[in-house]
Amino acid sequence: MSARDEILARIGKAVAGAEDVEIPRHYRTTQQADDLVGLFAERVDDYRAIVHVLPAAEVPAKIDELVAGRRMIRPDGDGWDDLNTADGVVTTCAVAIAETGTIVLDHGPGQGTRAQTLVPDYHVCVVRADQIVSCVPEAVARLAPARPLTWISGPSATSDIELNRVEGVHGPRTLEVIIST
Amino acid sequence: MSSTFLGMPGDFPKNAEKAVQNSQLRYNLRKATHTIRGKRASVVGELPDWQELRAAGKAIKDHTLRNLDRYLVQLEESVTRAGGTVHWARDAAEANRIVAGLVKATGETEVVKVKSMATQEIELNQALAAEGITAYETDLAELIVQLGDDFPSHILVPAIHRNRSEIREIFLDKMPKVPDNLTDDPPALAEAARLHLRERFLKSKVAISGANFMVAETGTLVVLESEGNGRMCLTLPRTLISVVGIEKLLPTWRDLEVFLQLLPRSSTGERMNPYTSMWTGAVEGQEFHLVLLDNGRTDVLADEVGRQALRCIRCSACLNVCPVYERAGGHAYGSVYPGPIGAILTPQLRGMGSELDASLPYASSLCGACYEACPVAIDIPEVLVDLRAKAPHSAAERAGMKVAGWILNDHERLARAQRAATKLRKLVPKRLPGPLSAWTDTRDVPEIPEESFRDWWERNERA
Ligand code: SF4
Repeated sequence: MSARDEILARIGKAVAGAEDVEIPRHYRTTQQADDLVGLFAERVDDYRAIVHVLPAAEVPAKIDELVAGRRMIRPDGDGWDDLNTADGVVTTCAVAIAETGTIVLDHGPGQGTRAQTLVPDYHVCVVRADQIVSCVPEAVARLAPARPLTWISGPSATSDIELNRVEGVHGPRTLEVIIST
Repeated sequence: MSSTFLGMPGDFPKNAEKAVQNSQLRYNLRKATHTIRGKRASVVGELPDWQELRAAGKAIKDHTLRNLDRYLVQLEESVTRAGGTVHWARDAAEANRIVAGLVKATGETEVVKVKSMATQEIELNQALAAEGITAYETDLAELIVQLGDDFPSHILVPAIHRNRSEIREIFLDKMPKVPDNLTDDPPALAEAARLHLRERFLKSKVAISGANFMVAETGTLVVLESEGNGRMCLTLPRTLISVVGIEKLLPTWRDLEVFLQLLPRSSTGERMNPYTSMWTGAVEGQEFHLVLLDNGRTDVLADEVGRQALRCIRCSACLNVCPVYERAGGHAYGSVYPGPIGAILTPQLRGMGSELDASLPYASSLCGACYEACPVAIDIPEVLVDLRAKAPHSAAERAGMKVAGWILNDHERLARAQRAATKLRKLVPKRLPGPLSAWTDTRDVPEIPEESFRDWWERNERA
């Protein structure tokens, strides 16, 4: 018998006669929040990421200011293209979650490949206010599983040395989030 | 270390180093478990629907386990449709053989790894080494453990038994390019690890990972992490091999909405861990292999009481609240699964043939803190009691009794010896009651040769 068939047969035997289980979903699938932008900004800040909240019209100037003098990757345009020597990357995102201060990239237009947002030490992510959802269930519902997804909550971190939090081991050590309102 | 035993004669410092280290371990563990516990309590308290999430998490897992055969077949279809290849492994040897074969087929002799309990369980690194393949661990803690030629002691913070100066020594010793003036400042140590691994990430062609979840409906695999080494491994190499226990399955995409709340909050005590990667089949030109691992899990599934252990999402919340774990340390459990979950999982996965494994169900005072903390409501005390009834009684008793004779006595002596070491005065563990003391003691004491210890003690007693 193949390993597959044997494992499946063992499972069938192991659970024979066991009752099935109903799944109660009484948890919140949305959350009332008057100020999603404010909550998201506060939670991102909790992770020691840098947050800017700006009217859409002022975002381009802000980006120019942040990237001045740096070799930046531009996912869809002509930017620096050597990942390992680039200083940073500017991207958009797919969804953002207010309750947890998370941004999710689905690596669609404007978001680059997974490596482009990983190898450089500095990541600037522009989030549109209408991309911010209240909580995790809303985000899961908005995302397409067929795409590779990267959920980012603050900069890379470790607590492996005597439980001291250190920002930045392998991922970008500085995460800057611009919320465009 | 030996300076804490000032005034002690002869070769005792050397002999007792292990015990002192254990006290350091206990101190570190206490700090770690209490810190994480506090963080967890505050972020769990933030969610008004925590108990509803917990009930859903439990039910989703139970439903999955009840229909595991059907969902595994569905997963296989989904992953295959998305360009991945699925392999099945009855046991550790078969899984190791499959992985070694896949690595060899790429022509590579080096692989990078993300921390994965499943691959530790099957001792993949050793198996690969026997085939001439070197596996490099890339989590900071696992790197410390691997470079220090050591074993992990906590699910979440595997190097918690090492302090910063020990880590510095290990890095100076084992990292070729590390500067001599490396300090023991945590950011400096993290920077050293970053530089050490960066090159390796960029040139590696093969990576091996586990997964926290697999979604049957979509074929998606999910890895939660903090450092970014997971993203490096999952993203940069051309070939990705994931070894995952068959119980890691979730039926639907939607189910992630429950577990992406339960796991980070229970585990690191964060609202969300820094990075979560999700991928479905072969993406961005990669080659993807999924190795589904049984290795005793179907035996656990056959046990009506014990099968709930398969709900475990390896958050380590039960370790952090366990009074026994806090004193005994992770190594004491003799397996990659320490703490309360290890006490119920290891004897079921490995059977209770050895005395160590038969004694594990006694590694608890049945206080129930683990059950309260568990995000999927595994009734660990219930399983422990059930396993005690099933343990080959005489063997388990012997495990306790045999050591009890000299260890119980010597334990008291050891404790007093430790009290004598002034720097460690506050760290002396309290004795645990009943059969537990025998259990705890077995794990700590055998490192110390009985004779020299006695010699020392008797001389000091008289002095
Ligand atoms: S048994 Fe429960 S608390 Fe312990 S690691 Fe598993 S899921 Fe977490």
